[in-house]
Amino acid sequence: MDFTNIIGFSLQQAFGPTAILLCLAAIGLNIHFGYTGLLNFGQAGFMLVGGYSIGASVTVFSSSLWLGAIVGLLLCVVLALLLGVPTLRLRADYLAIVTIAAAEIIRQTIGAASFSSTFGGQDGITDFIGGFRANNPYETRKGIPGLVTWSAYDFYVMTVGWTLVALCCVVVWLLMRSPWGRVLKSIREDEDAVRSLGKNVYGYKMQALVIGGVIGGLAGIMTSLRSAAVGPSFFATDITFFAYTVLLIGGAARVLGPVVGAMIFWFLINFIGVVFSQATRGADPLIPAWIMDSQQASLMRFIFVGLGLMLLMIFRPQGIFGDRRELAIDAR
Amino acid sequence: MPADVTTTPGGNTSAAQAPSDNATGVDVSAARSALNDVEQVPGAAKPDPILVADGIKRQFGGLTAVDVEHVEIQRGVITALIGPNGAGKTTFFNLLTGFDRPNEGTWSFNDHSLNKVPAYKVSRMGMVRTFQLTKVLSKMTVIENMLVGATGQRGEGLFSAMFAFLWRSEEDANTVRADDLLERFLLIKKREDFAGSLSGGQRKLLEMARALMANPELVMLDEPMAGVNPALKQSLLGHVKSLRDEGRTVLFVEHDMDMVRDISDWVIVMAQGQIVAEGPPDAVMANPAVIDAYLGSHHDQDISEEEEDQILAEANAEIERSHEAAHQEDHRRG
Repeated sequence: MDFTNIIGFSLQQAFGPTAILLCLAAIGLNIHFGYTGLLNFGQAGFMLVGGYSIGASVTVFSSSLWLGAIVGLLLCVVLALLLGVPTLRLRADYLAIVTIAAAEIIRQTIGAASFSSTFGGQDGITDFIGGFRANNPYETRKGIPGLVTWSAYDFYVMTVGWTLVALCCVVVWLLMRSPWGRVLKSIREDEDAVRSLGKNVYGYKMQALVIGGVIGGLAGIMTSLRSAAVGPSFFATDITFFAYTVLLIGGAARVLGPVVGAMIFWFLINFIGVVFSQATRGADPLIPAWIMDSQQASLMRFIFVGLGLMLLMIFRPQGIFGDRRELAIDAR
Repeated sequence: MPADVTTTPGGNTSAAQAPSDNATGVDVSAARSALNDVEQVPGAAKPDPILVADGIKRQFGGLTAVDVEHVEIQRGVITALIGPNGAGKTTFFNLLTGFDRPNEGTWSFNDHSLNKVPAYKVSRMGMVRTFQLTKVLSKMTVIENMLVGATGQRGEGLFSAMFAFLWRSEEDANTVRADDLLERFLLIKKREDFAGSLSGGQRKLLEMARALMANPELVMLDEPMAGVNPALKQSLLGHVKSLRDEGRTVLFVEHDMDMVRDISDWVIVMAQGQIVAEGPPDAVMANPAVIDAYLGSHHDQDISEEEEDQILAEANAEIERSHEAAHQEDHRRG
């Protein structure tokens, strides 16, 4: 096994475009779940709206990518309002049900055969990235030669992506240290208490849902920039749960939790994946074929990450950045 | 009602208080003595009501939990709402504060109708409540709990929140006020602790102090003494009295008769959703209807040891009898 190679590949992924989009999705969820206590299981839906908006703006409306990005974020606001208006007055579980269903409805609809002339059906949309690619300032591979390098395009996406992550973190930090953020955290603790103190709980929850959803939209935009394509399979339910995993690893209700969580999560997924794929490859594999073949080995990464998540919940339930004291208090 | 109401315990301070000394400018002693002329019947009209409710009815399925024809709460005094379990006191509280909606009825606070007014707006109008099961924000510190209570904060708007210079001075002023209240409620040493780590009594204190951050005209306390140890009880009593002396109106639900007798100026008795009696504490507690409905004939004396023994003996005899009956039943079957 070539460990330099394995580490290099895993690092490339841990800082690469996919980690960025998971990070952005988790920052959005952090506002929903970590700070406000809203259970949004449909972050993939917000990502889809963002991702398809920049694709469709070029291929369908022959407009610019940038306009598409703005429209996409506005549509995320609309989606948040649609989901929030009927559910945010009800108990927390209703939002969870509605969001997970809505995300799948949007995904199935946009991938339907009847819309294949506009949205490309299950194949999605390609060939809209030209305007973005044209502004790429890099010409050669970047990185640390011999350990980890990225293609010029990937590095460009990463520059844009990590800048967005930094901006979102600053916004979250500014918001959460303010009295506004304090109200959100209070709502997470006890809605009725906050209501009795004269705060419009419904309004605050709606604002949180919109802001987190828009950041989810940014994650969707990064998805389509990363792949230079966009399709329904990019926004399946599992991406939402990846984002939750990221959030739990890093520590909910912490500004930098999603950033560190995304890097660790995506590093581990790739590291374990490559280790098992190398261990089962070739004529005389390290793990004999009667234990597992290479196809079975490709699933091991999820088993291990799942196991790791369980251990994390048992031994460090607050995540990496969380405050243990907060979890010691469970009584209301 | 005794005519010398202002010399009852707790009354001395308020009688000495000049009207201008308190926050709201309410003349407390005048408000209390005005109650002397109020008729002692359910739904009696008060000279200066802060809260008026008419025909409030709340049904849960077939059960009528609250059915209040008319009630008025006098401004500037402490009014107790008592009644047996399931009398609808807490439900009535929830209805008045907008946490629940009545099936029918109208009610108003300071002559503003509260029909369909959401709970948070009721609170902003100056009518702030606490809860029977204390609702502290467990994973936030005591001082954060207090600061959430301040109303009309600029930093609570989404856009101004991002710019600290817009709300920093207001926040500092609120912090000073919160620290003063924590000092007064003996919680200052717990300032940086998580509210979830406080004892039950301290949580009650924190909830009351937090409600005061909103500077309410009418404080509604839902069982402020439940689960509080006797030592802390005295201090809580003092705090409730001090609310009145500041010119705030207090309405509280309570089971602790000593507290009701000690601090309330007026008592309203609920039973089965309706108001069955009203009046000053001594008169109400002597009212045979109230005693029957609620207090039991031994309400004003502690159970003596002899009586305790007697009750125990009776209970034991009862148990034995039922055992014997069961045995005989077994023999017959066997």
